[in-house]
Amino acid sequence: MSSVSVARPATSDDRLTLKQRLVNRGLDGVTMLTLPAIVFTLALFVYPFCYGLWLSFRPKDGSLLGNYATFFSDPFLYHTIGTTLALALPVTLINLLAAIPVAFRVRLMLRPRLLTTILVIPITLGTVLVAEGMLTYLGPQGWFNRVIMWLGLTNAPVRLVHNYWGVFLSLIITGFPFTFLLTLSYVTGIDPALEQAGATLGASASQRFRTIFLPLLVPGLAITFCLSFVQAFAVFPSAVLLGAPAGPTRVISIAAYQAAFESYDYSMASAIAMIMAVVQLAVVAAVLVLRNLAYRGPVAGTKG
Amino acid sequence: MSFSSQSFRELRLEGVAREFGSVSALKDVTLDIKRGEFIALLGPSGCGKSTALNCLAGLLPTTRGAIWLDDKRIDTLRPEERGFGMVFQSYALFPHMNVRKNIGFGLRMKGRPKAEIAAKVDEALGLVRLQNQAEKLPGQLSGGQQQRVAIARAIVIEPPLVLMDEPLSNLDAKLRIEMRGEIRRIHNQLGATTIYVTHDQDEALSLADRIVVLRDGTIRQVGTPEELYARPSHLDVADFMGYRNKISGRVVSTDSRTATIAVGDGEVTGTLRETLSGDMAVIALRPEDLTVSTDGKGIPARVETLEYRGHEFQGLARGPGGIELIFSSHTRLPTGSEVRLKADPAKSLAYAQGTQ
Repeated sequence: MSSVSVARPATSDDRLTLKQRLVNRGLDGVTMLTLPAIVFTLALFVYPFCYGLWLSFRPKDGSLLGNYATFFSDPFLYHTIGTTLALALPVTLINLLAAIPVAFRVRLMLRPRLLTTILVIPITLGTVLVAEGMLTYLGPQGWFNRVIMWLGLTNAPVRLVHNYWGVFLSLIITGFPFTFLLTLSYVTGIDPALEQAGATLGASASQRFRTIFLPLLVPGLAITFCLSFVQAFAVFPSAVLLGAPAGPTRVISIAAYQAAFESYDYSMASAIAMIMAVVQLAVVAAVLVLRNLAYRGPVAGTKG
Repeated sequence: MSFSSQSFRELRLEGVAREFGSVSALKDVTLDIKRGEFIALLGPSGCGKSTALNCLAGLLPTTRGAIWLDDKRIDTLRPEERGFGMVFQSYALFPHMNVRKNIGFGLRMKGRPKAEIAAKVDEALGLVRLQNQAEKLPGQLSGGQQQRVAIARAIVIEPPLVLMDEPLSNLDAKLRIEMRGEIRRIHNQLGATTIYVTHDQDEALSLADRIVVLRDGTIRQVGTPEELYARPSHLDVADFMGYRNKISGRVVSTDSRTATIAVGDGEVTGTLRETLSGDMAVIALRPEDLTVSTDGKGIPARVETLEYRGHEFQGLARGPGGIELIFSSHTRLPTGSEVRLKADPAKSLAYAQGTQ
């Protein structure tokens, strides 16, 4: 939508009151309502971020890049990047691929409320409660192993907790609702008449998905991927509770936590947090560059 | 012109019905459509005309009945298997494809060779006069141009049947009349059988070979525009076909063709259009068929306003019981004057009271 611009003569500014001049520049009473949010953002995001960035260049040994040198020379530290990516990338991709068909089905439902409620519950429960539940359910004596052993599918319990798969499953359960809700909003934004038009022109269901829906969904799916990925990359509680935090699921946030609260090296912890941010930004930037290759524009058909 | 509509003799709807839960949107619709005909489905909103079109296109399953294309039953086919071209009210152009890609979509889905697609698309672009806009995206086109793309996209696949769902309702009045002419021109050039849904009786009268009037999911009347305009079979169809005075009264005499009702101390005679029930009837007639009587017979009325309309005057008079009567006059009449209005019996239509 186009914004309303008020044409005004450039020379008449001095004849207006201060208030009128501010209004002309888009500052009026309503603008003041954004002040609390601006203060909040400055105090709790911008300042801590800048402070952390500054702190990361003030290591204990006094050199400028000491922390970064330490991080990238110690495999125990730099391997955490790979470990975290190995969890976050497949989890995000699986969530996204699973969300698309579910969203397409929910789009056609007359009363999608119950299903949406069920899917959203994991968000409200929080990661710790989900992790505790999974520990008992998927543990060696849990229902899951008892059932598959009773069915004779396996002789010994399958290990699904305190390793990679425990964290993997918990990230899927807690991440899926978020991915799904975002995907649903993009899917329902596409005019159903476009699909009907495709059908009357002879396109089969899979052709309609590939030639009509997918190109229109790509920009939204890219955003969904980025937001879901950032969430999964910052995994901490489930990596500790359901994983093996000393080894296979030693994710980057655990390294930062240990630097800060076990070694009390805030400077090192800040450096790790900065590295974490750079990795996230790199993935997000790559996805957004790829998105630019796709069509970007209105998806609601045409003006009418 | 190398476009041709695939050959068939007739399209038959046999007792087609569609229910949404307990609501019947379409009840027992039976209709024969010949190849090359331009059919308008006309009716107020909620009459079932769009439901009928969607059932034909396969976008809505029918609840009962069958649709036949010659000897082939098609109501069980999916929309992509029917091969009908459809023009949507919202145009439904693919926003991420340029005009050329939009028009060629159906041919690409059929897996036609590239050279053939390019040639057909060029021809369709010429037909709707959009050669210069071929590389634009739908969002860069005006409403009328988008409409032309939608039509070209539907006819380029050479469908046996073209379905149009209120295609002009999103255009302004001037463009609507212009596009109406375009649609008729394209139909005359290609001869494609067309079913056109509209709530606008002007559109239906000017475009269609035959009009099907729907109301509450049933067919009220099928006929040529002239038949519907001059001899509507029911009062509600008459109501839909331009303005008519409606005068109700007690029947004083009736024979096999006409009925006469009493209005005040006067009488009006009309041609019977349906069987009367009870002793009341309604006579509907156009303002030009209600004129000032010179012999002292007719409906007594008092002139309220009179407007000069060039070739004659049109006035509003109030008759017995306060009914409003719009009439024609060759001479100027003073406001407040008492007159008698007489109706042309051949053009006055008599209907039963209360059979709306």
